[in-house]
Amino acid sequence: MFSASEHLIERQKKELRYKRLLGLISLPLFFPTILIMVWLWMKGSPALSWDFITMDPIHGMKAGGIFPAIFGTFCLVFLSILITCPLAVTAAIYLSEYAPHNIWTRIIRLAILNLAGVPSIVHALFGLGAFVLFFNMGTSILAASCTLAIMNLPVLITSTLESLKSVPQAYREASWNVGASRLQTIQHIVLPNSLSGILTGLIFSVARSAGETAAILFTGVAFYLPFLPKSVFDQCMSLSMHLFTISTQVVGVPEAYPYATALVLVGLILGVNFVAVGIRFYFRTRKKW
Amino acid sequence: MRNKLSTYFHRIFSERRLELLIEACGVSCIIFILAIFVFILKEAYPFLVSKFSFSEFFFSTEWHPASVVKIRYGTLALLTGTLFVTGLSMLMAVPLGLACAFYISEFCSPKMREFYKIVIEFLAAIPSVVWGFVAIMIVNPLLIKIFNIPVGLNILNASIILALMSLPLIISIGEDALRAVPETYREAAEAMGATRWEVATKVLVPAAKNGLMAAALLGVGRALGETMAVLMATGHAIQIPHSLFDPGRTLTATIAAELGESPKGGEHYQALFAIGLLLFLVSFTVNLTADYFIRGKKNV
Repeated sequence: MFSASEHLIERQKKELRYKRLLGLISLPLFFPTILIMVWLWMKGSPALSWDFITMDPIHGMKAGGIFPAIFGTFCLVFLSILITCPLAVTAAIYLSEYAPHNIWTRIIRLAILNLAGVPSIVHALFGLGAFVLFFNMGTSILAASCTLAIMNLPVLITSTLESLKSVPQAYREASWNVGASRLQTIQHIVLPNSLSGILTGLIFSVARSAGETAAILFTGVAFYLPFLPKSVFDQCMSLSMHLFTISTQVVGVPEAYPYATALVLVGLILGVNFVAVGIRFYFRTRKKW
Repeated sequence: MRNKLSTYFHRIFSERRLELLIEACGVSCIIFILAIFVFILKEAYPFLVSKFSFSEFFFSTEWHPASVVKIRYGTLALLTGTLFVTGLSMLMAVPLGLACAFYISEFCSPKMREFYKIVIEFLAAIPSVVWGFVAIMIVNPLLIKIFNIPVGLNILNASIILALMSLPLIISIGEDALRAVPETYREAAEAMGATRWEVATKVLVPAAKNGLMAAALLGVGRALGETMAVLMATGHAIQIPHSLFDPGRTLTATIAAELGESPKGGEHYQALFAIGLLLFLVSFTVNLTADYFIRGKKNV
């Protein structure tokens, strides 16, 4: 009596067919990252050595290592995160804890969305016009970091906002009910409970800014600078820029060099991402709500 | 002593003042987006009032900013380059991305979904300069071999790379849109005997169509603004591409390639800022439209 009709069987078959088709379409997503890593490793590992990582580039970048580039990337990322982090977290606190539901808040959200969508080369133009020329920082680590910081701002605000929102409203209400002020509640209840999410977002944006090239192109990165910067007003090299330079601009670089540079860059970024995924996973299993 | 200090501290950082500071940070994004507009306009302004002619800028293919004989600032070739590359990459990425979003959100198991999310995060993490490197070192020889053409750095190459780069964004926004459809919709449809495929096509697509549209639009925004990968993949020729295998040049790549060589404050330099202004306005429009699709129906 309840056996499936032919029509139903037909429909179920159709469902299965399309499910498989969609699965088949989605499957290739796994490949690009893995393929790129394997390919970079195969081509780049011969040139990869301790010397390659710790030495300065010599002979017009045709030999030697990439240490100044690694160091420069580290400086840029560190400084830009130092600038973005307080600003982004505070802005997210405002949006999540204070902002009323009105047109003003809507405009702020639109500004964040648009800031995230501004092309990176436009950020570079802005950095050049504002930080390098107007604020007279010159092409320096500071100017490049400020540019990167503004690029990262919307991403970090969005991720922080998400983790602040995930703290249950009941926690806040309980805190208010025992007499804590809004700020005290944020300081002692909301922030500690969303720390893991904020941290994860922060680490993701570290990875993002480490690979950025266009935004720092005219604001603080030198093509070739075989010594380390001494202050934030010096220029520096960066891994991403170095990869661009030796793969397109310089003739006669040994074949494995750009591969090894790309391998170091992608390896660092994926490594940092891996840490973020790990932290998220660790905290999720210990979540109290 | 300690007490005195803490009173002092509290007087300076009273809660009200701290809240004002927090609010100031909250509105900083508006200030930054305005600042970007103002500073780029400021650099481009001298060009816009003196040399700029609307018909030349938009309808001439002659971009000869450093020519000795006749200086021309026509961006038509660059505009079409950008349009071609963006359009072609979206033809590949949007159907693929939305199909993946449907699969990940509706058809695969929760464990696989977690796994896919990590994969997508990693795909999104690969920096654009590495994509450009991939374009030169992998896609280039591959295209030469498959299509038997002399050079593989062309519109098609850049589109493939851009499609791969914008996939993660399209998938994650598309998935968000599907997740945002209330679970009760699915339950109601399934209670009436619909299969998951029927739920997806007949319930979810109409319910989430604005969000899916926004996903596609944000992908367009991403592809329009991409710089390094496109600079490395398109093959650097200022011309209107006639086929997939013609090299081209985009707006973004032009700025990246020429700004370093143009003297600061010169006309060429200002013209590049004018292109930047155009890019800013276009991406602004695309993003606003996407936001309208996501939130338009709900106010605030």
